[in-house]
Amino acid sequence: MNGMLAIRYETPQSVGEAVRLMAADPDARVLAGGTDLLVQFRAGVRQPSAFVDVKRIPELMSITIDGQGLRLGAATAAAVIGEHVELRTLWPGLVEAVQLIGSTQIQGRGSVGGNLCNASPAADTTCALIVNRADCVIAGPGGERTVPVEEFCIAPGRTVLQRGELLIALRLPRPAARTSDAYLRLIPRSEMDIAVVGAAVSVTLDANGVCRSARVAIGAVAPTALLVPEAAKALVGSSLDAASLKRAAEAASTAARPIGDKRGTAGYRRTVAGVLTRRAAAIAAGRARRK
Amino acid sequence: MTVTKLHIETTINGEPREFLCDSHETLLSALRNGLGLTGTKEGCATGDCGACSILLDGRLVPACLVLAPEAQGRAVTTIEGLSSGDALHPLQQKFLEHAALQCGVCTPGFIVAAKALLDAKPNPSEDETRYWLAGNLCRCTGYDKIIRAVLDAASEMKESAI
Repeated sequence: MNGMLAIRYETPQSVGEAVRLMAADPDARVLAGGTDLLVQFRAGVRQPSAFVDVKRIPELMSITIDGQGLRLGAATAAAVIGEHVELRTLWPGLVEAVQLIGSTQIQGRGSVGGNLCNASPAADTTCALIVNRADCVIAGPGGERTVPVEEFCIAPGRTVLQRGELLIALRLPRPAARTSDAYLRLIPRSEMDIAVVGAAVSVTLDANGVCRSARVAIGAVAPTALLVPEAAKALVGSSLDAASLKRAAEAASTAARPIGDKRGTAGYRRTVAGVLTRRAAAIAAGRARRK
Repeated sequence: MTVTKLHIETTINGEPREFLCDSHETLLSALRNGLGLTGTKEGCATGDCGACSILLDGRLVPACLVLAPEAQGRAVTTIEGLSSGDALHPLQQKFLEHAALQCGVCTPGFIVAAKALLDAKPNPSEDETRYWLAGNLCRCTGYDKIIRAVLDAASEMKESAI
């Protein structure tokens, strides 16, 4: 250990204390579940000067649902989210995205805030948050600010967080009547893999089953997850029949600008982005009709 | 610069325990090297294999992705905490009866993960069991014997609970 600088381990008890720690030291890193950070640390990719463990801050570990909607503490473990019955009922697509991440063990640690802050273009929760109009609540030396989730990640591994800032919660408006969501991803096996393509859709129907508003987001097909207004436009005003779903699929494929790699060629990803959009829209529509 | 050790007070398998650790040391390392609890195994050290599965405040987690100082004031359950004296936990007994292990490195992780499953869901289906244990890798058994052992333990525990 000769010459090695001690890495500090900090356990702030409040958001204010966490902000002060982060602002005082640009090399400090927020530790939530550690499922990305500790792997990167071990691999030598990141060498933080301090781990700021935010899991003792109640606001980062809580789930509140009221008339306004959901406030999801950024460090709440995926397993806790999966066990929350009301959350599952109101946002089934978000919860299915959360539950796709890793194994049972990883679910016991990993959080939605961490998934977002890791800023992988293939992160499963990002698309589901985007279609649900989530806002990121960010605390910093100047107080709190909110950023729409589709603007939070700016490049692979990079977010809008500035020095001294940390993500403390996600806020989702309560879904309107006959609204539901769905998330699908393609992986080459049945469990435990990273999305080759992901797609989330949220739809709101009127009493006659006509789609009144929609949101479509696709992941792993660009440097960040993409909100695709053209695909949503193809759904609005329709009864979500096969023809409109096909138009939404085409719009999603057109919006995708994927790379080709060992996990899938660019052309394959573009095609699958459309297929998953169509299927997720159909699932979201089915769920909305039952509400 | 001196590297100072952190002093951690925690509960392990129901007993209050104290240990010294580095701030960036994993709980897996503290359990094995600091506390001599070598039942919890290191496989991949990146959260992919499940060999280091433990319960932290009752929640199934990979000990390789938990920092040792995080255990301060928490309750940790390891494989050593499952038997009562010489009496094996039903899962341990069923793993023996079904020959659900060969080299044994993955076994503690499987048994701890299976305990978490049965704590949450005493009567799991085969599908639920396979999905729950998807994060535990075994290179010897082909998994079937493990699944059979877990399901058999579940039904036996249910009977003895009646």
